[in-house]
Amino acid sequence: MPVPESHEFFIDPRRCIGCNACVQACTECDTHKGHAMIQLDYVDRGASPQTVPVVCMHCDSPTCAEVCPADAIKRTGDGVVQTARKPRCIGCNNCVLACPFGVPKMSTGMNLMMKCDMCYDRTSIGKKPMCASVCPSQALFFGTREEMARLRPASRVLNVFRFGNQTITTRVNMLVPGQAFVESLDVLSALHEPAAGNDAAENVLLDGMEAPHAG
Amino acid sequence: MHREVRNAAAWAGLLTLALGALIVAGSRSLAHFDAALVAYTFASLFAVFGITYRYAIWLQRPPTAVYWRRGFELFLRRGHLGSNLRLLVTRLVSDFGTNAFIWKRDKLRGLTHMLLMWGCVLAAAITFPLVFGWLHFEAMPDRPDWYRPVVFGFATPAFPVRSLVAFLIFHGLVWSAFLVMGGVMLAMRRRMRDEGAAAVQFFAEDMLPLILLFAVSLSGLLLTVSYTWLAGYGYEFLALFHAITVIVTLLWLPFGKLFHVFQRPAQLGVAFYKDVAARSEPASCARCGHAFASRMHVRDLETVEAALGYRYDDPGEVGHYQRICPRCRRALVALAQAALARGPSSRRAALPAPMPSYANPGLGEGPLGSEDRDNFHP
Ligand code: SF4
Ligand code: SF4
Repeated sequence: MPVPESHEFFIDPRRCIGCNACVQACTECDTHKGHAMIQLDYVDRGASPQTVPVVCMHCDSPTCAEVCPADAIKRTGDGVVQTARKPRCIGCNNCVLACPFGVPKMSTGMNLMMKCDMCYDRTSIGKKPMCASVCPSQALFFGTREEMARLRPASRVLNVFRFGNQTITTRVNMLVPGQAFVESLDVLSALHEPAAGNDAAENVLLDGMEAPHAG
Repeated sequence: MHREVRNAAAWAGLLTLALGALIVAGSRSLAHFDAALVAYTFASLFAVFGITYRYAIWLQRPPTAVYWRRGFELFLRRGHLGSNLRLLVTRLVSDFGTNAFIWKRDKLRGLTHMLLMWGCVLAAAITFPLVFGWLHFEAMPDRPDWYRPVVFGFATPAFPVRSLVAFLIFHGLVWSAFLVMGGVMLAMRRRMRDEGAAAVQFFAEDMLPLILLFAVSLSGLLLTVSYTWLAGYGYEFLALFHAITVIVTLLWLPFGKLFHVFQRPAQLGVAFYKDVAARSEPASCARCGHAFASRMHVRDLETVEAALGYRYDDPGEVGHYQRICPRCRRALVALAQAALARGPSSRRAALPAPMPSYANPGLGEGPLGSEDRDNFHP
C-alpha cells in the first residue's frame, strides 16, 4: 500500500529540544530493528543548546540512489526513497558521502548502508512514523497540510533546497516563517552562521573575550 | 543507437558466441550433446546474452565505472599485488564462501542465504556441464559396472556404479534441491512474518525468485521420486513442468533480483578502494576543517556527480558542496532555516566552525559502526 499523498512529513529544526525521544522511537521501527536512523546532532555543543534532527528528506531525484554503483536504493511510486536493498548494497559509502542532507549511515560489520525510510512499515498502513509520533515539540510532524496550517498559521512549508548550483526538491517539507519570501532554502548561505544562542553568549558572557572556536 | 547500448550489445553477442563455441568444443562437436536438452541450451544462451548486456550497461553508469576502473587500478598497483592478493583471498572466503557479513545481519538470514547459495551453486555446477555436453558418463568396456565421468572430452577416474560415491554423485541435484528448498522456506517465513520486510518488499523483486527456485527444486525432486519409486508415473508431465520452471528462471536471470549474483562481486573492488582510501590523504571539511573520508573518494564523487548531471559545484568559497562533511551538512540545513526566521546572525562565525556532535553518541544511536564513528562522520 502506498503512503497516502495527503500525508506528509514536516520538519522544523528550530523546535527541536534535543530530548532524544525520536532517537529512541526510531530504534523501534521494523524496517531497521534496533538501530536509530534519525540523525540528532548538537550544532555547537560547547556554546549553544541548538540541536538538529535530520530524517531522510526523500528527494525527488535522490543523489544517494544515483551515485549508488549497485542499484541498491529504490524510490517507491509514492516518493519514499527506501533504505539500501540488502542483497545489493556493497557498502561502498558513496551514498553516505553524497547525500546533501547527510542522512545515510554505514554499518561496517554488515557491509550495509542503512537510512530512514519514513517508517514504511507504518506509513504505508496509515500510521505516523515513530519519530513524529513521539516528538513532544512537533519539530517532527506527520499529517496533512491543513493540519499544519491550523497548527502553525505563521509558518509555511518549503521543500526546495539549494546546494551550490544544485536544486533539490524533497517529499519531506521544512517549515519556514510565513514572511520569508524565498523559493528555496540556500543551504550554503549558512556557512558562517553561528549556532543559535551564540550571539547572546558572545554579547553577554564573552564580552571582550576572544570568540570561542575562532581558529 | 547510444554508444552504451552498442557496446553492451557487442559484449553480449561476443559472450553468447563464445559460450556457443565452448558448447561445440566441450561436447566434442556435439557428439555428447543431448538433443533433448536443446531448450535448456537456448535458454542458457539467452540468459548469457541478457546478463552480459545488463552487466555492460551497468558498468557504464558513472558510479560503477569509477569503482570498476579504480578497483583494477588499485589492485594492480605496483608493490601491492601480494597484499592485494591476500586481501582478495580473505574476502573471497569471508564474503562469498561463508557470507560472514550476512550472518552479522541476522543468524537465520545467514543460514538462509548459505542454503540458497550453496544449493544453487551445486545445482549449476552439475546442470550446466550436463546440458552443454561438457560432462557425460561412460560405462567402461571391460568393467560395465564401473562408470567413468568424461569432462570436456577428457576422461577422469572411474568409480563403481553401486557405491556410495556413485549414489552421492548421481543424486547431486537431489541434495541441491533439499538445500534450496530449505533456504526458500526460511526466506518465505521471514518475508511473511517480518513486518519490516513485508512493508518494503516487491512481489517481482522478492517473492518471484523464491517461487521460481522452489518450483525448480520441487519439480526436480518429483522427477526423482517418479522414476525411483513410482515406476516413472507422470514422468513426462513432470519433465515438461521442470523444463518450464528452469527455462523461466534462466530467462528471468538478467532482469530480477537474481541479477545480484553477478553484481555482488563488485564488493571486492570496493574493498580495495576502501583499503587504499583508509591509508591515503583524508579530505578536510570545508566548514569544520575535520578530516572525513579520503580526498580520492571525495574527488571521485565530484566527478561522478557531474557525470550524472548534478551541479553541486559552488560559486562561493566552498568550491563544491561535496567538500563539506556529512555532519556539517546536517547542521547547515538547520542553520539556514533558523537564519530565515531570525534574520542572518550579526556575527559571522569564523571558519573552521565547531564540528557538530552526536546528541547521542552511543553506537547504533549515533554512529552505526567504526566507519560512521571514525571516518565518514568525523
Ligand atoms: S535525503 Fe539523502 S538519503 Fe534521503 S533521499 Fe535524499 S539523498 Fe537520499
Ligand atoms: S553503500 Fe550501498 S547503498 Fe550506498 S551507494 Fe554504496 S552500494 Fe549503494
